[in-house]
Amino acid sequence: MQIRPIFAALRKHRLATFLISVEIALACAVLCNACFLIVNRVQQIHAHSGVDEGALAAIKLTGFDEDQGVDLNARVLNGLAKIPGAQSVSVISAVPFGGSPNNAGITTDAEGKQFAGVVNFYSGGPGSFKALGLQLIAGRAPQDGDYQPVVHFVPDDALVWITKSLAEHAWPGVDPLGKEFWVGKPHFRVAGVVAHLARPSPGEGGPSTIDWSVFVPSQPGAHFAGTYLLRATPAQLPRVLSDARAAIATVAPDAVLDTAASKSVASLRESFFQQDGTMADILLGVITAMLLVTALGIVGLASFWVQQRRRQIGIRRALGATRRDILRYFQTENFLIVTFGIVLGMLLAFAINLLLMKHYELPRLPLYYLPFAALALWLLGQLAVLGPALRAAAVPPVVATRSV
Amino acid sequence: MFAYYLDLALRSLKRNRVLTALMVLAIAVGIGASMTTLTVMHLLSGDPLPGKSATLFFPQVNPNPYVDAPRQPYDMMDYRSAVDLWSAHRADRQALFAHGQMKLTSPTSKLPPLMARVLSTTSDFFPMFDVPFRYGHGWSAQDDADRTRIAVISSDLNNKLFNGADSVGRTLRLQDADVRIVGVLRPWRPSPLFYDVAGGRFDGGQTGDFYGRPEDVFLPLESSLDINPGGFNFFTCWSMPKDTNMQTSPCVWVTLWVQLDSVAKVRGYRRFVADYAAQQKALGRFSRADDTQLRSLMEWLDFNRVVPSDVRLQTWLAFAFLLICLFNTVGLLLAKFLRRAGEIGVRRALGASRAAVLAQCLVEAGLIGLLGGVGGLLLTLLGLWLVRRQPVAYADLVHLDTAMFLLTFALAIATSLLAGLLPALRASRMAPGLQLKIT
Repeated sequence: MQIRPIFAALRKHRLATFLISVEIALACAVLCNACFLIVNRVQQIHAHSGVDEGALAAIKLTGFDEDQGVDLNARVLNGLAKIPGAQSVSVISAVPFGGSPNNAGITTDAEGKQFAGVVNFYSGGPGSFKALGLQLIAGRAPQDGDYQPVVHFVPDDALVWITKSLAEHAWPGVDPLGKEFWVGKPHFRVAGVVAHLARPSPGEGGPSTIDWSVFVPSQPGAHFAGTYLLRATPAQLPRVLSDARAAIATVAPDAVLDTAASKSVASLRESFFQQDGTMADILLGVITAMLLVTALGIVGLASFWVQQRRRQIGIRRALGATRRDILRYFQTENFLIVTFGIVLGMLLAFAINLLLMKHYELPRLPLYYLPFAALALWLLGQLAVLGPALRAAAVPPVVATRSV
Repeated sequence: MFAYYLDLALRSLKRNRVLTALMVLAIAVGIGASMTTLTVMHLLSGDPLPGKSATLFFPQVNPNPYVDAPRQPYDMMDYRSAVDLWSAHRADRQALFAHGQMKLTSPTSKLPPLMARVLSTTSDFFPMFDVPFRYGHGWSAQDDADRTRIAVISSDLNNKLFNGADSVGRTLRLQDADVRIVGVLRPWRPSPLFYDVAGGRFDGGQTGDFYGRPEDVFLPLESSLDINPGGFNFFTCWSMPKDTNMQTSPCVWVTLWVQLDSVAKVRGYRRFVADYAAQQKALGRFSRADDTQLRSLMEWLDFNRVVPSDVRLQTWLAFAFLLICLFNTVGLLLAKFLRRAGEIGVRRALGASRAAVLAQCLVEAGLIGLLGGVGGLLLTLLGLWLVRRQPVAYADLVHLDTAMFLLTFALAIATSLLAGLLPALRASRMAPGLQLKIT
């Protein structure tokens, strides 16, 4: 296959070649960045929560007097535990995806100089550690004596359980067991490490901090009341949850049930990420439509060129070129145009990525997206040109002898 | 002549239906995507109080007493600073704002207690923002001073509790206090809910909630402090609060909006806020006095970047897509016009000027744009219907207004003319002799 004649022909159609290349370049740039955005969103949506989502639900009450907290806890724990199928009920400050985080900046020294990031504190009453189903990878599980009364927002001096990713962030390469950290005056000591425990609002503070959670065993009381963790088998959970919501009206008539937050953890997760899911769908839709339009553009232009060159094709065929030669000619021509577009598109993709990094806190586009995008566009180009190229190959040699 | 070109264009479009359909489809899809996102952008970046917003301002001081205080003032103020500025009455109108939730029951309705979003404010709120009343009225400055237990409720709450009847004079139970309803609002939906906008720059672009509905209950601030002293939302605190007294807490939770009717007054108020900060610094209460702000309503919205980043991203994406559709159409029109080289050559040889050929080609391109615009309009309506089904606070606001309807066609025709210009120039530039010869 000789490429020189193709170049010679393309030089005659500089404008059209340029236009279609620019179109492919734009498509390439949008394709890379949109795919990257989709992957980012999907990664967020599938973040590990570290808890048994299918078996857990939250019940959140508001509107009660703070001095009623102790009494309310007793009534609710009692009342909900009676529901058939409820495996455990415990007091907790928040659940993953349920919002209302307890964020605070921690330091690894008492003077408050060694800042180690803003983390979320989960206060959990007796039974909540086991109910969450956290996977302990170092240390021991909380024991009865570990549950301290809440003073400000957590106990003032407590043993805590942290996640693996927080341990690696705060004490890289060191055994985190027994390490200490502070929030101003309140002081904490690491007694165990769990595999995962996502924040109540994962994603705030960046994707790398999703797992920066601290579990503090806390004694329910006036400052720690109102949100409850309900555990049941996944099959029974919907029924147990609706029974629990109904039971609140009788056991806690003085409180108001927050219906939006009193759901299973699985459905809290779903509503938490609904917008990201929609955005991923929109991006996918745009990519599809864009590739379709690009393909149609290639079909249109290639058809025109085939039509325009019927006579030349006929002459080539009469001079001995096979159908295969003609087919190859158009395929190679398309390959060259698309390649030119891809080269241009890769530069554009990085320019757009820089803008996105600046305005949308997006990481740098990984290089391996480029070969995939190139492959996709080459394939698209070849598929689009196949029809017109086959029509070109079908031009009989006798056309050469006719004057149009 | 135009009618003749139109006839020619129609004939030409009919001759190659597939190519025509491709071009119309490309423009329609591009226009549909761009107009959907542009309509959402237009609604979300609009002026919440047209005609009035230029006179509304948001003063800020930095009440942090520490020397290492951040250089930007907080998005809200502490109680004392806000009340000092408010009670000076240096603006044409001024109102304080604080947010919270309260347990609400209605003695006459059988509904279970609910948590109502309460806006604690002062009397100027209603006239300053042209808040529309269905029944009754707001309250007076005297009511603010007297800590009267009165409330204005939203039309949503009135529908829920009283089935939309005139509830003025009825009683609501908020926490453990009885308040008398003095006014019921008409449905009112400023977009965004500008007086609640704060902290947008910390939201990472997730600012959709600024477009939610107004609060259910409006209470005089001092009455609200009596009824539920600890029930306000903090913005942040510069040190750990020592007790539950909100008025003296080291926390920012109150905002102030002022109405200033002339440029001179704006200048005067700016100086007043700066002087106040300087005075507080001299008293040792503030550590900085050089960073006071007086932003206008629209400046405040810009500063908070109220348009959600996903919406901006969608708009950029849609325009990149429209650009691809544009290049596509240029390519196809080029192919189409140059294919008719012979026909154009005959017209030129018979005396048609270059301008005439150009006009003919552009009429054809414009016709494609018009058809694409009709398709784009349908796709825009479809797109907006999809946006309304999204779980976002502004979903119910989304609609196509006249301006956007007209812009759809303007954009479609402009796009197609732009796409047609280059091919049309090419077609009209060819020498007639050459065009006749090569066929």
